[in-house]
Amino acid sequence: MTLKELERIRAKAQKELAVRGVEIPPDSELKPPRPGEVRVVLRNCGLIDPERIEDYIAKDGYFALYKVLNMAPEQVIDEAKRSGLRGRGGAGFPPGQKWFFARQAVAARPAPTDGTPPAYLICNGDEGDPGAFMDRAVLEGDPNSVLEGMAIAAYAMGATQGYIYVRAEYPVAVEHLRTAIPQARRLGLLGKNIFGKDFDFDVDIRIGAGAFVCGEETALIDSIEGRRGEPRPRPPFPAVSGLWGKPTSVNNVETLANVPQIFLNGADWFAAMGTEKSKGTKTFAIAGKVKNAGLIEVPMGITMREIIYDIGGGILNKKKFKAAQTGGPLGGCLPAKYLDTPIDFESLAAAGSLMGSGGLIVLDENDCMVDVARFFMDFTQDESCGKCPPCCLGTKRLLEILTRMTQAAGTAEDMQTLEYLTQNIATASLCALGQGSVNPVVTTMRHFRDEYEAHVNEKFCPSGVCKGMFHYEILADVCNGCGACRKKCPDKVIKGDKKVVHEIDLPNCIVCGDCYKACKFEAIAIRPGPTPKSRLPERR
Amino acid sequence: MTTLTINGKMIEAPGGTILEVSQANGIRIPTLCHHPALAPKGACRVCLVEVKGSRVLQPACTFPISEGMEVQTESPKVRAARKFVLELLLSDHPKDCMTCEMCGNCELQDLIYEYGVKETPFVGEQHEYPLDDRDPFIIRDMEKCIRCRRCIRACDEIQAVNAITMINRGFRSKVATSFDTRLQDSNCVFCGQCISVCPTGALTEKDSHGLGRAWQTTKVTTTCPYCGVGCNFDLNVRDGKVVKVTSHWNNPVNKGALCVKGRFGWQFLHSPDRLTKPLMKSSLWKERKGTEGAPSRYEGFVETDWETALDAVAEGLLTAKSEDGPDAVGILASAKCTNEENYLIQKLARREIGTNNVDHCARL
Repeated sequence: MTLKELERIRAKAQKELAVRGVEIPPDSELKPPRPGEVRVVLRNCGLIDPERIEDYIAKDGYFALYKVLNMAPEQVIDEAKRSGLRGRGGAGFPPGQKWFFARQAVAARPAPTDGTPPAYLICNGDEGDPGAFMDRAVLEGDPNSVLEGMAIAAYAMGATQGYIYVRAEYPVAVEHLRTAIPQARRLGLLGKNIFGKDFDFDVDIRIGAGAFVCGEETALIDSIEGRRGEPRPRPPFPAVSGLWGKPTSVNNVETLANVPQIFLNGADWFAAMGTEKSKGTKTFAIAGKVKNAGLIEVPMGITMREIIYDIGGGILNKKKFKAAQTGGPLGGCLPAKYLDTPIDFESLAAAGSLMGSGGLIVLDENDCMVDVARFFMDFTQDESCGKCPPCCLGTKRLLEILTRMTQAAGTAEDMQTLEYLTQNIATASLCALGQGSVNPVVTTMRHFRDEYEAHVNEKFCPSGVCKGMFHYEILADVCNGCGACRKKCPDKVIKGDKKVVHEIDLPNCIVCGDCYKACKFEAIAIRPGPTPKSRLPERR
Repeated sequence: MTTLTINGKMIEAPGGTILEVSQANGIRIPTLCHHPALAPKGACRVCLVEVKGSRVLQPACTFPISEGMEVQTESPKVRAARKFVLELLLSDHPKDCMTCEMCGNCELQDLIYEYGVKETPFVGEQHEYPLDDRDPFIIRDMEKCIRCRRCIRACDEIQAVNAITMINRGFRSKVATSFDTRLQDSNCVFCGQCISVCPTGALTEKDSHGLGRAWQTTKVTTTCPYCGVGCNFDLNVRDGKVVKVTSHWNNPVNKGALCVKGRFGWQFLHSPDRLTKPLMKSSLWKERKGTEGAPSRYEGFVETDWETALDAVAEGLLTAKSEDGPDAVGILASAKCTNEENYLIQKLARREIGTNNVDHCARL
């Protein structure tokens, strides 16, 4: 492959693309960009056929790789550093720095004589956060951008073999990669002497079996080596001793998809977007009680309010915003006072949450924060690898306490034990999963302590979520007797004539909540105390 | 040389982990998942120390030292974290030390004692597994397992068998064979390396159950009689009787590793069937002594002393040699003898008798 050939393919493909159009069925999660969005990583998704490398080349694909191969690796690293790009997997570590360390480590050891690669580059596509699908969209919609990013990264750090670690739950992503890799090899964009330069690089796919913890880079390395994925203590960092003891850089899908754009448009172009310390754009998967749920890409530094209200269209059913859960199960819940905080790595960390990989779950007034914390703890406990006691046993004890609290069995002592557990799990755990596992509890306890206290002291769930901890009451001064609740009530326990204030026959009410949802006048209130027929809490 | 300070004390060391350097300088750091014969794992979080500049506490067993590093091994923060870990472990551990086989020899018990964890603040579910005594030699009480992975590493690093690994995740994670079968149905060779490294009573010797605990036995280091390798081990002796074999780590031959025979095949020592005196065929005795002789438990054999027995053997060999030539004699030596003994027996065959008919049951 030469530059001329690549240009010829591009010209031909651009014509074809203009005539043919793209017959890709629209992704229900990735809608056309809304005002306020800036698409860098997702720029091609839905606009090209991911199974045709020519389509990617039509969008200037692999031109960045050509450009990079005419630079010295050190220059590539400097350019990446200068762009201010930070890892999109969650921790925000600059990938340029990773490549730099890996390159140093490669230089520090003798070149392997047994034919094994001197270093490895791994693309982390083990996107495990519930409700997050940014990486899936990129791998499914534009796999070549990741391959090109990998080749650039490999050149910078001195790797000759790459692995893409994708979860088995993403069959389409795997299929598209399995199409894209041979296509790139056929055009000489992967393999030996790429663009006629002294640079070999090839990529293989490794499929994860669905363990959340394998998104942690050292556990991911274990998994590629054929072991059970369990995080290793650092140091040594993977950049020094990673996959099979070789210098290894593990970069997220979204990070790598950014890389070709940085070299195509220049580091300054990238650095112009975002805040002082967080450059570029970030994809978010918005979910929860928001009108326009789905995938978006916005410049760093945008506020949560802009994301939720402007792009997300606001809260469903005119309810009140209560909190936004960012960063996945290891992130935190941020209340309304953070709505105008710019979203970047530092601001979110300062607020007690995380950027994470970009999950954003919007919660409204009918979400119980104790139950939300319990939900995330249930997930983390289930996904703890079991290696270190603070995480394996500590999250179990946290989960037990939170479950007790949501089943009207919490005690004042439990509150103290929760604090004791969260403090120590955060400092004593081995990996980020354990250390971060307490974030949902810590942030909800910090911002919604009143809810915890209501659960523990009054055995009352003010949001009306925890079964057996509340009942409904029709407010006599608001009810206009429309009868909507009476018609919805499955047990016919709401009495009242038309245009007369209705009443719930509490001893026979099962607290199903249908009346509460039916009332359009906010005439039904949540009150402490169960009814005799409140559904018993399910055993969790 | 790297210079660092541990607990305010300046230390110079050529390299290594915080744990290694501390131990070399007389600073004790408690450990649980660490074992000198195994690669460090950093799993148990008991050896946590404070490293200046680090956001979280770091495990001493894996953390390499660096120039100018400042380490605190006994700060209040460190001790609190260790106590927290022990409280968690205790919250999921049976409190039956009274009847536990490993009582007095249990590393978890020692740490719980050291850190004064009288009771755990955590009330919750404990693992409930049936006692697994389906296998010969090894009893697995997984309720006592603290998931330190020493057994897994021993199986992998020392024996290279990989019969056991972790299964499941989270609270349900457990050390097991693949598909949680009996050890007998796995790759397990019953070397017992897993038992030798287990810090608690999760893995114990089946045949030694109830025969005596650490403080009731004395250890006698000896060489395994089974084959010529010459593995060393400790016989655990109580009231003059061997009750258990344990690994002897500091020897150059086997460095603590043993095979199924060495570790579990000690019962013959006190077997009533064991020959303690030489036996001679009744007919031979009568021929030589003219009497019936002392009867033995074996029909057609009488008990004798070594002098008589060896005289009879020597005469028989010499007769055979003189009547039918040296090659009428063949000698089969034993793999249970030492190399020196086997050397001598081939000398006997080749030089004294003059035959090359000498072999050795190396396939014991």
